[in-house]
Amino acid sequence: MPILEIKDIYKNFGKTEVLKGVSFSMEKGDILAVLGSSGSGKTTLLRCINFLETASKGQILVDGKSVFDANENRKISSKELRRKQLNFGLVFQSFNLFPQYTALQNVMLAPTLLAKERDDYKENKTQIIKEIETDAIELLSRVGLSEKLSNYPCELSGGQQQRVSIARALALNPKVLFFDEPTSALDPELTGEILKVIKDLAKKHITMVIVTHEIDFARNVADKIVFMADGKIIESGSPEEVIDNPKNERTQLFLNKFNKE
Amino acid sequence: MSQFTEICQSLFSGFGLNLALFAGTLIAAIPLGLIVTLGSMSGFKPLRWVTKTFVWIIRGTPLMLQIFVVLYAPGLLFGMPMRSRMTAVLAAFIINYAAYFSEIYRGGIESIPKGQYEAGQVLSMTKVQVFFKVILFQVIKRIVPPMGNEILTLIKDTSLARIVGVAEVIMCAERFTKEGLIGPLFSTGLFFLIFCGALTLLFNYIERKLDYYKN
Repeated sequence: MPILEIKDIYKNFGKTEVLKGVSFSMEKGDILAVLGSSGSGKTTLLRCINFLETASKGQILVDGKSVFDANENRKISSKELRRKQLNFGLVFQSFNLFPQYTALQNVMLAPTLLAKERDDYKENKTQIIKEIETDAIELLSRVGLSEKLSNYPCELSGGQQQRVSIARALALNPKVLFFDEPTSALDPELTGEILKVIKDLAKKHITMVIVTHEIDFARNVADKIVFMADGKIIESGSPEEVIDNPKNERTQLFLNKFNKE
Repeated sequence: MSQFTEICQSLFSGFGLNLALFAGTLIAAIPLGLIVTLGSMSGFKPLRWVTKTFVWIIRGTPLMLQIFVVLYAPGLLFGMPMRSRMTAVLAAFIINYAAYFSEIYRGGIESIPKGQYEAGQVLSMTKVQVFFKVILFQVIKRIVPPMGNEILTLIKDTSLARIVGVAEVIMCAERFTKEGLIGPLFSTGLFFLIFCGALTLLFNYIERKLDYYKN
């Protein structure tokens, strides 16, 4: 059974149709790279899946269970929405770290708040917090930041900030982790450290969807590539099929531009 | 010598009223302002409209006039005259400052990037958690300078209380001008000057404390 299934997602902002029927599915451990030029709807797609926008049509299933259905009219309670949100993690292009918290506090905040809803929170508070802290430190070490636990985001480089935000997203154990152009706000020399972290996650078989402009990286790390244009997926397949032997004219044009650069 | 003591006693007791008005206004207007902000940012249009009209009227008319209205309107309109002039003045100040504070809060809240809310949301935090754990602190850091400004204005505005006969420091000093002494009146400036100096130091200290991170 696919871990994530996107069925015919449409989204319009006023009269502008941004997504015009996007569908794909992924198995556990799959890594999907989403390519496409600016304005093709990649970011909107991620935002719809992560409940930051509401799709106007379509359905989203996780492990075969519907987490979103545009046809369903009933109002979803905020509690239910938050439970559904736990399925997904999102790494933003602009990091969006909480500036007043240290790297460690940024990673610990959401798990700590979530733990307060546990029935045994009051009795085992110290132990639960200790566990969350241990996990957070372990995650930050995994992204190479064990030395920077008590640094504030303003004291970190862009690459380090993005690695904190990856650790922060992983702290809630999402079933699928989404990256929205994770290296676009970074200098080229900092891009490498983020791509390395994502590769490490790939080795750990974390299911990921990566919106990126790094074609070489997509070819190296992704199992499957989808190419978007005008709010639709116009080509999809293995990296060899889509990147090396694109059939669609738009894909060819897009890749040619990159090869020339 | 005894006259000097008399003047001092009078001025200090007068400034006591200024300080009481100052403290009372802050204690009530700081939280009340937040409620007004919630109203003016509400998604419910009628509420937003009512709140914005309220803020417009309060900011658009003189505080001096508002003091008269609060003092006389209850008696004239509802037959329930204000018992204490001090209470009337305090009420007028609270309403007036809550309106100004609410606009400072709104500016602070709206200046926080949307990404902060979105980051909280995708981390499955509730709206309340996002506000109190993520947004509020950043808002406080941003509004300290404008709030400092407004609070300095407040202590000086408290001298308006004299227009309805509340014996604040300037009114106390004016009594001595009738005896031919102008010194006490001018020296009231020192009270405000020293108090504002202390407040400025306090605000600088708070700003430094909050300066451990940059946005």
